[in-house]
Amino acid sequence: MAIIIFLAFVGFVLGLSFYFGAKTKSASGYYAAGGNIHWGVNGIAFAGDYLSAASFLGICGMIATSGYDGFLYSIGYLAGWMVALFVVAEPMKRLGKYTFTDAVDAKFNSQGIKLMGAISTLIVSLCYLIPQMVGAGVLVEPLLGLPHAAGVIIVGAVVIIIVATAGMTSTTYVQFLKGGLLIVFSLIVTVALLVRGLSTKPDQGGKVPFYAYAELAATQMDGKVIPADPTWTVLETKAVKDQTFLKLAREGKPSWWLKSQKEGKVALKECQWESQSPGQPKLVNGEAGAKLRQVGNLVAINGDTSPEAKTGPVGPFGFLSKLGAKDTKIQQWKITKFKDASGAEVAVHHPYITTGNKILRPGAKFKIEGSFLERLDFVSLMLALFLGTAALPHILIRYYTVPSPAAARKSTIVAIAAIGFFYLLTLYMGLGAMVNNVINPLDNNMSAPLLAKSFGTFLFAVISAIAFATVLGTVAGLIVAASGAVAHDLMDRYAKIKMTEHQKVRAGRIAAFAVGIIAIILGILFKGQNVSFLVGLAFAVAASANLPAIVMLLFWKRTTSKGIAASITVGILSSLTLIALSPNIFKQFGLDPTKAPIPFDNPGIVSIPLSFLVLVVVSLLTKPNQMTLESET
Amino acid sequence: MFHEPAQQSGRDPASSYKSRIGNRMFLLYALIYAGFVAINITNPALMEAEALWGLNLAVVYGFFLIIFALVLAMVYSHMCGKKEAEMDAQGNREGK
Repeated sequence: MAIIIFLAFVGFVLGLSFYFGAKTKSASGYYAAGGNIHWGVNGIAFAGDYLSAASFLGICGMIATSGYDGFLYSIGYLAGWMVALFVVAEPMKRLGKYTFTDAVDAKFNSQGIKLMGAISTLIVSLCYLIPQMVGAGVLVEPLLGLPHAAGVIIVGAVVIIIVATAGMTSTTYVQFLKGGLLIVFSLIVTVALLVRGLSTKPDQGGKVPFYAYAELAATQMDGKVIPADPTWTVLETKAVKDQTFLKLAREGKPSWWLKSQKEGKVALKECQWESQSPGQPKLVNGEAGAKLRQVGNLVAINGDTSPEAKTGPVGPFGFLSKLGAKDTKIQQWKITKFKDASGAEVAVHHPYITTGNKILRPGAKFKIEGSFLERLDFVSLMLALFLGTAALPHILIRYYTVPSPAAARKSTIVAIAAIGFFYLLTLYMGLGAMVNNVINPLDNNMSAPLLAKSFGTFLFAVISAIAFATVLGTVAGLIVAASGAVAHDLMDRYAKIKMTEHQKVRAGRIAAFAVGIIAIILGILFKGQNVSFLVGLAFAVAASANLPAIVMLLFWKRTTSKGIAASITVGILSSLTLIALSPNIFKQFGLDPTKAPIPFDNPGIVSIPLSFLVLVVVSLLTKPNQMTLESET
Repeated sequence: MFHEPAQQSGRDPASSYKSRIGNRMFLLYALIYAGFVAINITNPALMEAEALWGLNLAVVYGFFLIIFALVLAMVYSHMCGKKEAEMDAQGNREGK
C-alpha cells in the first residue's frame, strides 16, 4: 500500500506539472509564473520551497540524535525570514525581473555583475541541491527497497521532466500543495505522538516488540574482563580510545559488548554490530543480509525507572518538561569502527545514557562549552542561518511571481506563519523519534518518516510521499533558478545571444537538464551526510556571495558595480575554500579531520564580513556608477 | 536599457516609511537573536534553567524567537498596509 500511495502522489505531481507546462509559452511564464500568482498561494509555496529535505528530514533527524542542537537550525532558518521580510522583500521586488542577477544589476547594467551573479546563483543552487538529492536517496531506500543512488537518479529524472516541461507555474503549485500537506501531516504525527505519550518500552503501538538489550555482570582481574555467566566465553578484547569492546560467544554465536564501570562494578552492555571480512558477505548482528535494529528509548521518565514506566497522553508542554527533566534518562547510540583480530572491518553501535536536561539544551553536537574556535564555529553557523535565507536564489525568484511589493510582503508573512508553525513541530517529531525506538543507527535523516511509520503504514506512505515531493519541489525550484542563471543571465544578458521567447524557454530547459545531471552526481557523492548540515553550508555560501551585494545596493549609495562583482567573487571563493578545507569535508572523503587546515566547519563568520569588506573597499576605489530607477523617483 | 519587473509595481510613496520601520524591526529582532547566541556561548548552563510552565530557557527562548518573528511580521504588515492606504488616499485627493 505504501508504494501505491507513494506512486499515486508522485504521478499526481507530474500530472500537475504537465498541465501547467502546456500553458507555459513565454520567458515570463517560465521563470516568474507570469507574475500573477496570488500572495496566499505564493506564501504557502514559499513555505513549500523552504521546507525542503533539510527541514523535514535533516532537522528532525538531527534533533532525534543531538536533541536541541538540531532545533537550532529551526530557529536560525526561521530567523532568516526576518532579514528577507524587513530588509529584502519589497526592494528586491521593485528592482528585479526574473533572477537575483537582474536585481543586483538593475542600477548598473554591468557585465561583471551579470557574470558573477549568474555564477553565484549556479553555485549556491548546486550547494543547496546536494542535500536535497541526498534526502531523495535516503527516502527511497526503505520505501521502495532501492539503493541510495537509485533514489537520487529517480528524483533527478523526475525533476528534470517537471522543470523541462513547465517552469515556475508548475513548481509554484507543486510547492503550494506539498507545503500545505507537509504541515498538516506533521501536525497529525505530532498529535499522535502526544496521545501515545512517553514510555520506557516503546513498542510502536504494539506492532514491534521492544528489544531490551542485555547487560552482563562481569569481573576484572589483571586487566582481563570475565563475564560472571560462565556460558559466555571471551574471544577478543579491543580497546579503542577510552572504550573497551569485548567479542563474546555463546553456543558458537559471536557478539560484541561494551565494557562499562559504575561504582566499582564492571558490566558488559550488549551492542549492535556490523562486520565485513574481505571476500565475505557483510554480517549484521552475526547474520548475513540482516538489518540493524532501530534504536532510541527512554530508560527513566522523571525518575521512574520501572521497566514499563509510561505517562499516557501528555500535553505539548508536559511532553517537553518531562523529557527535559534532570531525572529523565534517554538511551542513545553511537558508532565506533575498528579492525578485529581477524582483520575484518567492524562497526560497533553501542548505547550511552544522556539525561533529559542535557538533551533539551544546546551542546550535544555543537561544542559551545569547548574551545574558542568551537564556540566561534557555533556563532558562524547561527550567523549563516540568519543571513542565508534572504540570499537564496530560489527564494528570491519567488518574489517575482506575485503582482506587487505588497503581495510579496503578504506572501512572506504567510510563509513565516506556516514555516514557524512547522518548525515548532520539528522539535516534537525529532524528540519523538529519539525516544520511540525508530532511529536508523546508520542514517538519522529518516527519523521523521520512521516515526510516522510507528503509527501505521498509511501515515508512513503519505509522509514519505510528501517528503519525496518536498525534495522534488525544492529541487525543481533550484533548477529553475540555476537554469535561469545560465539561459537568462549568462546567454541572454551577458553573452547577448539573440533569442526568441521560444528559444529562451528552450535554453532554460536544456540548462535545467545539465544542472540536474550535475546534482545527481553530487547527491551520490555526499551520501550519509545529515542533510540539514549540508544546507547550513549552502546558507553560508549564499550569505557570503549574495547578501552583501543585496544589502549594500539597497542601503549604501556609494556601492559600485565593480564593488558588487568583487564582493560576489570573494564571497563564493572564500566560503567554498573554507568549506573544502574544513574537518567535516576531510571526514566525508576519508581523510583525517584533525589534519584539516581550517579548524571549523562553518565558514560564515569569516567569509560574510570579508565579502562586505571587499565590497566597501572596491566601491571606494572605483568610480560611482549607480543610476536612479524610475520607481525610486 | 534597463529591463523592468515582470509585473510593474509603479512608484511607491510609502517605500521610505516601510524601509525605515523594516530596518528598526530587523535591528530589534537581530538583537534578540544575538542575545540567544550570546547566552549559548557565554553561559550555556543557563539554558537548562526552568523558565516557564516547566520548560527550560532554551525551549522558551527558541519558541519565543519563532513566535515573535510572526508577531513582528504581522505588525510590520499592518503598519505598511495602513501607510499605503493613507498615501493612496492622499494621492487620490491631490489627484482631484
